[in-house]
Amino acid sequence: MSNSNEIELNGKQEFTITAYTENRIGILNRIAIIFSRRKINIESLNTSPSEIEHIHRFNILIHETEEVVRKLCRQIEKQVEVLKVYYNTNEDIIWQEMALYKVPTDTIAERAPVERLLREFGARAVVIRKDYTVFETTGHREETDKLIEVLQPYGLIEFVRSARVAIIKDSEGFNRKLREFERREPGEEVIENEFLDKEKNVFTM
Amino acid sequence: MDTAQEVTNTLTEPKKTTNVSGSVALLEGLIAEGTDTIFGYPGGAIMPIYDALYDYNDKLKHILVRHEQGATHAAQGYARTSGKVGVAFATSGPGATNLVTGLADAQIDSTPMVCITGQVFAHLLGTDAFQETDVINITTPVTKWNYQVTDASEIPAVLAKAFYIARSGRPGPVLIDITKNAQLQMFDYEGYTPCEHIRSYRPKPVVRKEYIEQAAAMINTAKKPFILFGQGVLLGSAEQEFKAFVEKSGIPAAWTIMGAGAIPTDHPLNVGMLGMHGNYGPNVQTNACDVLIAIGMRFDDRVTGRLDKYAKQAKVIHLDIDPAEIDKNVKADVPVWGDCKETLPLLTELIEEKKHTDWLAEFRAYDKIEQDTLIQKELNPTEGEMTMGEVIHQLNVLTKGEAVIVTDVGQHQMVACRYAKFNNSRSNITSGGLGTMGFGLPAAIGAKFGTPDKTVVAVIGDGGFQMTLQELGTIMQTEVNVKILILNNRFLGMVRQWQQLFHEKRYSFVNITSPDFVKLADSYYIAGKRIDERAQLTGALEEMLNHPGSFLLEVMVAQEHNVFPMVPQGMSVAEIRLK
Repeated sequence: MSNSNEIELNGKQEFTITAYTENRIGILNRIAIIFSRRKINIESLNTSPSEIEHIHRFNILIHETEEVVRKLCRQIEKQVEVLKVYYNTNEDIIWQEMALYKVPTDTIAERAPVERLLREFGARAVVIRKDYTVFETTGHREETDKLIEVLQPYGLIEFVRSARVAIIKDSEGFNRKLREFERREPGEEVIENEFLDKEKNVFTM
Repeated sequence: MDTAQEVTNTLTEPKKTTNVSGSVALLEGLIAEGTDTIFGYPGGAIMPIYDALYDYNDKLKHILVRHEQGATHAAQGYARTSGKVGVAFATSGPGATNLVTGLADAQIDSTPMVCITGQVFAHLLGTDAFQETDVINITTPVTKWNYQVTDASEIPAVLAKAFYIARSGRPGPVLIDITKNAQLQMFDYEGYTPCEHIRSYRPKPVVRKEYIEQAAAMINTAKKPFILFGQGVLLGSAEQEFKAFVEKSGIPAAWTIMGAGAIPTDHPLNVGMLGMHGNYGPNVQTNACDVLIAIGMRFDDRVTGRLDKYAKQAKVIHLDIDPAEIDKNVKADVPVWGDCKETLPLLTELIEEKKHTDWLAEFRAYDKIEQDTLIQKELNPTEGEMTMGEVIHQLNVLTKGEAVIVTDVGQHQMVACRYAKFNNSRSNITSGGLGTMGFGLPAAIGAKFGTPDKTVVAVIGDGGFQMTLQELGTIMQTEVNVKILILNNRFLGMVRQWQQLFHEKRYSFVNITSPDFVKLADSYYIAGKRIDERAQLTGALEEMLNHPGSFLLEVMVAQEHNVFPMVPQGMSVAEIRLK
């Protein structure tokens, strides 16, 4: 893995793109296409509701030059249902990824210095069952990676990591503007297909 | 949010509603948006809309095309000549997928269009039902916006949004996919309210005065300023504002093929066409000017040639409504974001009135070289096979630059753009960005519906004509008056030219045979004529133009004639070849 703070010789580095969008079916696809048509790989992508109803926040992590990232952001912001797009280097943001580790309870209880592990990695047990235990930790990639290495010998059963979520250090954030948006123009409800499970009641030809 | 709604409800009378089907609401909405002509093709999944259309014959003219691709190109032709939004209908599945080429063409050429597709019943979505395709995902990359309707009550608001998005800002195509149940469903219709605002959509960027001031200062001190203009001038209906800017500044101006006609071809400051097959002067001078003022154009690679050798000496001022276009290909020193109808007058006010006589004379000197070495022979040959150039030249003489010229794609397109005279705005209809062979014939049909009072001449090659010639059936049925001028060189000419120049004359599958086009036209009850002698040319063109209805004229032209000048791919614009 490359050192994320270092600009490589080709000028590429990690950028986190933050986009605020309307909550609309298909917007994920519209945004994803902007990357895929240029053959740019998305390292991680997180999308979830923002603090304002009907508005979603995307965090997209890519490894590119600033020139390319700037153009991508303009293309994203051009989409009808996108409100605002920012891009930041790792220095500009605070970010975290969450990871879950599932290990067999008997092995971990008998063999591992569990207490030390948990303290060292700031992890906590989320579920403890007879058959397995799930630990959770958050941190940068290197940190969550290290715990995988440590748990591997104890029979790691399953591992999952979230996409990056990031907060921009400098900006006062979009919260105030978003609230103003929502006050002046309430968002629309997403209209989902209500007919999908109605096969038998619908006449078709 | 709830409180706000309650307040509104107590203050206003309850709206009157009528119980109508989704299909009726759609047609009412189209009428409210000023639609008078729809190009389309019915099918199972759009049948309720066509059923409703049966009762709207007096208000909505529906043109039955012969293929859905034809519907989109016709809607484009209609939109480009009329300045209105083109509308096309198609059914689900194959009907909808046939729209893709036209949508892609409209997207890249910023043509406002609303396409309505029928879709299978909502409960069948995702089941691979008969004639089901995922139209929304297929068309996402080639539309400005699209939306799937599964409930009739959504239709009025979605249609209003569609029209607003299609025509505002940088225009583009929009697609609405309506499931069959939504077309049939009855709901309480409250009438149609046009959309004027979407909170997440900013069609026009805010004009920044400081950039206008910087641009004006740069223009005022420039010794060799040069204007490049594109379709943005036409789309912004800014022809007058543009003319005022050009005339006050006295700066030579050259056009992209999409910008042709924004000022007349013969305007004293119009110095010609840019790009791969553009004029000699404007291409060479791009790399000699000190300030390059790009207005409503997007520095397409066919215009710039090699980017690392493009106008490196010049400061660049870029006026565009789409912020994503600025710095995309060519870095701008001064970005002037905004609608050029707003920004140009602000700029004109700040610039000094000037005449760049010596600088303009340099362009005219290049013109003379091009005229003597190329154009003279091209337009006035006295022996040998006919050239495409002389056909277009004769057409100019007869139409006096007043016709709407619709071209297909290939050598004839470049020749027509180079040599046709465009006295009027919106008179050059061509597939600029996508280069869609098959565009010409259906686009000409739409163009004629968009501007019924003008003579519409479709200039088409023998290759492109065979891609959508079934639209002769549309001409037959609607009796629309389109003049079809086929320039037949028995080759896929542009590909052949490239094979000759860059692939050692290995003519790989460019030799195309054609049916008897005149007989073909005759079978559609369209008058026609074929000529292969120079002496027949003027008479035949007159016959075509004077014929009361549609007419197909096939002119046999030189087989292996090349379009020059040419900026070979990978070369700089200054390295343009005259032969």
